[in-house]
Amino acid sequence: MLTILFDGIAYGMLLFILAVGLAVTMGLMNFINLAHGAFAMLGGYITVLLMQRMGVPFLACLPLAFAGAALVGALLERTLYRPLYHKPHLDQVLFSIGLTFMAVATADYFLGSSQQMVQLPQWLKGRTELGEGPWMLGMGHYRLFIIALCAALTVGLQHVLTRTRFGSRLRASVDDQRVAAGLGINVNHVFLGTFAVGSGLAGLGGALGAEVLGLDPSFPLKFMIYFLIVVAVGGTSSITGPLLAALLLGIADVAGKYYIPKMGGFIVYSLMIVILVWRPQGLFVRKGGS
Amino acid sequence: MAGARNSLLQSGRWRGWEYPLWALAFALPLLLPRQALIINEIAIVALFAVALDLILGFSGIVSLGHAAFFGMGAYAAALFAKLVMPDPLLGLLVGVAAAGLLGAICSATILRGTDLTRLMVTLGVGLILMELANKLDWLTGGADGLQGVVMGPLLGRFEFDLSGQTAAWYSMTVLLIVFVVARRLVHSPFGATLKAIRDNRLRAMAVGIAVNSRLSVVYTVAAAAAGAAGALLAQTTGFASLDIFEFHRSADVMLILVIGGVGWLYGGVTGAVVFKLMQDFVSGITPQYWTFWIGFFLVVLVSVGRERLIRPWTWWRRAAAGGKS
Repeated sequence: MLTILFDGIAYGMLLFILAVGLAVTMGLMNFINLAHGAFAMLGGYITVLLMQRMGVPFLACLPLAFAGAALVGALLERTLYRPLYHKPHLDQVLFSIGLTFMAVATADYFLGSSQQMVQLPQWLKGRTELGEGPWMLGMGHYRLFIIALCAALTVGLQHVLTRTRFGSRLRASVDDQRVAAGLGINVNHVFLGTFAVGSGLAGLGGALGAEVLGLDPSFPLKFMIYFLIVVAVGGTSSITGPLLAALLLGIADVAGKYYIPKMGGFIVYSLMIVILVWRPQGLFVRKGGS
Repeated sequence: MAGARNSLLQSGRWRGWEYPLWALAFALPLLLPRQALIINEIAIVALFAVALDLILGFSGIVSLGHAAFFGMGAYAAALFAKLVMPDPLLGLLVGVAAAGLLGAICSATILRGTDLTRLMVTLGVGLILMELANKLDWLTGGADGLQGVVMGPLLGRFEFDLSGQTAAWYSMTVLLIVFVVARRLVHSPFGATLKAIRDNRLRAMAVGIAVNSRLSVVYTVAAAAAGAAGALLAQTTGFASLDIFEFHRSADVMLILVIGGVGWLYGGVTGAVVFKLMQDFVSGITPQYWTFWIGFFLVVLVSVGRERLIRPWTWWRRAAAGGKS
């Protein structure tokens, strides 16, 4: 049982890293971006290709996945996303679906539709078991690594958001764009930076998750709903909301699939609808935000 | 008062060009008997798009899960034909009723919240239905699809033939009926209140429009119409599979609507014709990468601007300063 909880937490942490960029950009620009999963897929493929074709070690691939996704994110933000910030939501949805479809077809074209495997280094492959009986806790080393890395990233993000100058600018822009611009904050730069970092984090999450979630060209479509659940349930005004939502989702999904496999994704979706009907703004809303 | 009534009646009147257009549409299966199958498909997709237009174009609800009702109608009609009786018209009614019921239940979920919340909830309903159809395999055949659906003759007289002429006329008739009903609906005072809600919900509420009940009703009607489209698909192909709940289908129908023009009933029909012909053409060249070109088209469409794509002469002018936000 503890093992399931542990796996759920690892899964949730991973989802958080994948979705946090989406939460921040959605809160910041009120832009419904369904193409977020495409950046995650990009990060995953960068890792897989570097490892398979060039033999780059796994750990070195992670920052590269981050950088690659961030770069592409910044480019797309500047060229394609920016003109759409003030368009109606329908346009944004159509645009990002289009981008997702293109990413899926491109990945399929160049890399084939098969599942890609990641060769983990030896020291991440093992498994430690504590205790025994029903309370046994089995921890895969790789999952432990994911939890540690994601927790460190979360703390880092929280620090950047609450303590640094960039963070306060970002929060000001989220709360009220016009006033922030009036105070001399270059909102466009804040947007660009945030979008790039958000895409980069998605790329990193994709690289980390390639082993756990699987990586094939339909990745952006398959996990789109999960990212959106995290954002919609967690709310977009802080990062603790999405974190808790991601953990909840991870645990519910792993436990649901383990105990009642017949129900599949049913539990998660029903839970989401109930929560959203009950609290349409998300579970964890900071008062005073936009 | 009289002025308002006249303006509503004026816009709702049938124009001269519409009669020959429909006459031509009905003559098509006869003129091009080889293309009857694709004409049938176009009619079904057009019906689906008209259904989506009712909520997206006229009421401003962004839905990514309208395929849920399409699929509900399809499965209901197919199961009815398989288990109860093979009469197509009764099956159609069953499909419409099932989808309408589901829509009435789901309409409670789309009344509150932001666009994002609605998007998620509609998407979630679609996914839940897909899971259900997948897991209830004793009833629906699971991932293999529901096979062995045999339809009886239409009105007890016209058999569904392989060339698809009967099917095309059948679908076209249903499309025309739903189209006329939808047209009555959007040009009625009820439709006018829907547009008021779409344009400014707060003001609509302030002038005394019962926003929630209006939205529930239109959502139910749109669900029933989508159910009719689904039922037609299941009946004319004799097959229902999980594929009809796919995200692709909801996205495609949205694209169709956007190609033709949102908030204009002929938009769905035009879009369906253009989309299906384009699909036929492109998948003839690269069958596998059709989605890439859809995606590309969507990105270009939105970047250029939906209104401007169908008016090429405005491309080189400066865009009018920002939309409403």
